[in-house]
Amino acid sequence: MRKWASLLLAASLSVATLAACSDANNTAEGEGGQTAASSGGSRLDTVKSRGQLICGVDGGIPGFSFVDSNGAYSGLDVDICKAVAAALFGDPDAVEYRQLDSTERFTALAGGEVDMLSRNTTWTLSRDAAGGNGLEFAPPTFYDGQGMMVRTDSGITTLEDMAGQSICVETGTTTELNLTDRMREIGVQFTPVVFQDADAAYASFAEGRCQGMTSDKSQLAARRTTLPNPDQYELLDVTMSKEPLGPVTINNDSRWFDTVKWVTYGLMQAEEFEITQANVGEMANSENPDIRRFLGVEGDLGQQLGLPNDFMVQVITAVGNYGEIYDRNVGEGAELQIPRGLNSLYTDGGLMYSPPFR
Amino acid sequence: MTSPSDQKIPLWRDERFWRILLQALAVVGVIIAILIFAGNLSRNMQQRGIQFGFAFLRNPAGFSIGETLFPFLPNEPYFKALLAGILNTIRVLLVGIVLTTILGSAAGIASFSENWLLRQISRVYVEIVRNTPLLLQLFFWYFAVFFGLPAPQNQLEWFGSMYLSKAGVSIPWPQNTPYLWMWLAVLLVGAIAALFVWRQRVKLMVEQGASGRSQLTTLIAMGVIALLIVLFGLGWQIPESTAPGLVQGGLRLTLEFSALLAGLVFYTGGFIAEIVRAGIQSVSKGQWEAARSLGLQSGLVMRLVVFPQALRVILPALNSQYQNLAKNSSLGFAIAYPEVYSVANTTYNQTGRPVEVFLLLMAAFLLINLVITIVMNQLNRSVQLKER
Repeated sequence: MRKWASLLLAASLSVATLAACSDANNTAEGEGGQTAASSGGSRLDTVKSRGQLICGVDGGIPGFSFVDSNGAYSGLDVDICKAVAAALFGDPDAVEYRQLDSTERFTALAGGEVDMLSRNTTWTLSRDAAGGNGLEFAPPTFYDGQGMMVRTDSGITTLEDMAGQSICVETGTTTELNLTDRMREIGVQFTPVVFQDADAAYASFAEGRCQGMTSDKSQLAARRTTLPNPDQYELLDVTMSKEPLGPVTINNDSRWFDTVKWVTYGLMQAEEFEITQANVGEMANSENPDIRRFLGVEGDLGQQLGLPNDFMVQVITAVGNYGEIYDRNVGEGAELQIPRGLNSLYTDGGLMYSPPFR
Repeated sequence: MTSPSDQKIPLWRDERFWRILLQALAVVGVIIAILIFAGNLSRNMQQRGIQFGFAFLRNPAGFSIGETLFPFLPNEPYFKALLAGILNTIRVLLVGIVLTTILGSAAGIASFSENWLLRQISRVYVEIVRNTPLLLQLFFWYFAVFFGLPAPQNQLEWFGSMYLSKAGVSIPWPQNTPYLWMWLAVLLVGAIAALFVWRQRVKLMVEQGASGRSQLTTLIAMGVIALLIVLFGLGWQIPESTAPGLVQGGLRLTLEFSALLAGLVFYTGGFIAEIVRAGIQSVSKGQWEAARSLGLQSGLVMRLVVFPQALRVILPALNSQYQNLAKNSSLGFAIAYPEVYSVANTTYNQTGRPVEVFLLLMAAFLLINLVITIVMNQLNRSVQLKER
């Protein structure tokens, strides 16, 4: 009898929790939807008073974010974190990196554990919308597409060849959904083998558990270099989806989001102005009013964002412009040698386009 | 002067009053704590503009699941995906409980063996398994043992009826026909009948001192018939290798399922072995000696005298091991077995509803464990000392 009483108590307590949740929710609706993020202030103030940026990264993808044997981070995603830190503090090293896996990242951001994500995160509607994950996406820093990696000697050349095969994929990613969609579209049956951890997924693929490994093409190319015998693997010539990857911040915090957004745009604008790490000092003396405004010699663009007026000088001194970052990490100057393609400036036929700094 | 009985005890001196008050205060404290947490949660969700609700469960899932017990299509709703995950958990749980009980009891009894080697093997097994983390063991089973299997082209063949390769493990399995269910029903009825015959035999032997030989013959005959039915009536389908790397028929277990099952069975078995050992040791030596002095053989001493008493110690502890097995099965997500935690993980990531999904997960595990507890408590009641 007593046992049932305790069961009943446990049950009623859980019901009480649920009821409390929904009650509070009703009142929230009564107030008319969303209130501003904590009335106290923006994440921007929190970061400034902390004196350090906490940036969520992957940490396992060479060229994007990778930890070397000395514990130093490098890569395109890492350079975005450094750029934001340079804009805020004039110091690209005022960053604390947190390695997050694909399922942890949004919870860590929503819970305030990290200030921003720069973790090859695809911009989608449901991740952006308040009714979905409720995040805020800064402009993409890398336009990617989903690909498929197979063994060179497997004889697989198209997705149709993968009928009845196993495909390794990382959970909590857009690739998991795209894979299902594309295969349904072409009517091919396959077995997904879903891993929580990217390292485990690639290890299983290398061990032969799966005939295919799917992810963003850039990630596949980068990960291929870390597999034993990279020459045994190749990427199929298919693009299964659009994957615009960029920095992410929390919803309903415009001031902080604007900071990250405009630092990112600034990197592209700097390339358009042909301001490089080497010549940023001279360019400040330029006669061009656009460049003078951009570098904070004239006007108060930085102040409007809540940053020093010369924030772009600090950013470019620290990491260079977008083109330099790209070449250093994933382009011609790096091991991966990924062609610029869509990631060129709009003037060169790519998608990198910054609204005016005015 | 008033007599002591007339005198009213002041409220603050009444022991019963204090007891009730303290309990009431404790309940109020717990409720306040829950309200604070829930309020905090809803405030935070409100700030982010997240609305609490389970309506998303009816949206199409959009992802596929590697192995399911019923056909699952990606355009089916989230709740069906979660259901498929729960069934996968229950599958590994049921098979795991049976196997780990056998393994654990065997290892526990082996630690009393006269055979030195057997004793040491049991000891070493228990120590290794109990003193390393389960997650590590699962990775070991998955990456070291099962990935050590050959590629499908040169698969291993065992006894001409089992095939092992990186593509999975194929074992013989009864074909799903009406005959199968008929024969299973016959077996069930036979087992119940055999139980009655056995009880009858014991009763006759105790009350009338009969030899019980005729009943024994009946039982043996029933056993032989049952064995024949199991061997030939169930329509076992033996997997066959039709082409190199291709196996047809039988039941195919994925590497993920096999690795999770092996990891859970060996891990939990180590604890059960210790529980069985402790249970047997808890029966006082006098019981062994008394049974022997009555002239019972050592096998009978164990079966009739020691083990029934040991069960009283073993069963309650076994319950928590079974519950641990149920909870530990969620580690399957690390080695890509699509159990309920893994599916829930994908679900909350795609929908952005961690709170709702985790509440459902907790409810699912709570339910599974309560069912285990209820069954084990019933079993426990049947072996407890009956006070008359």
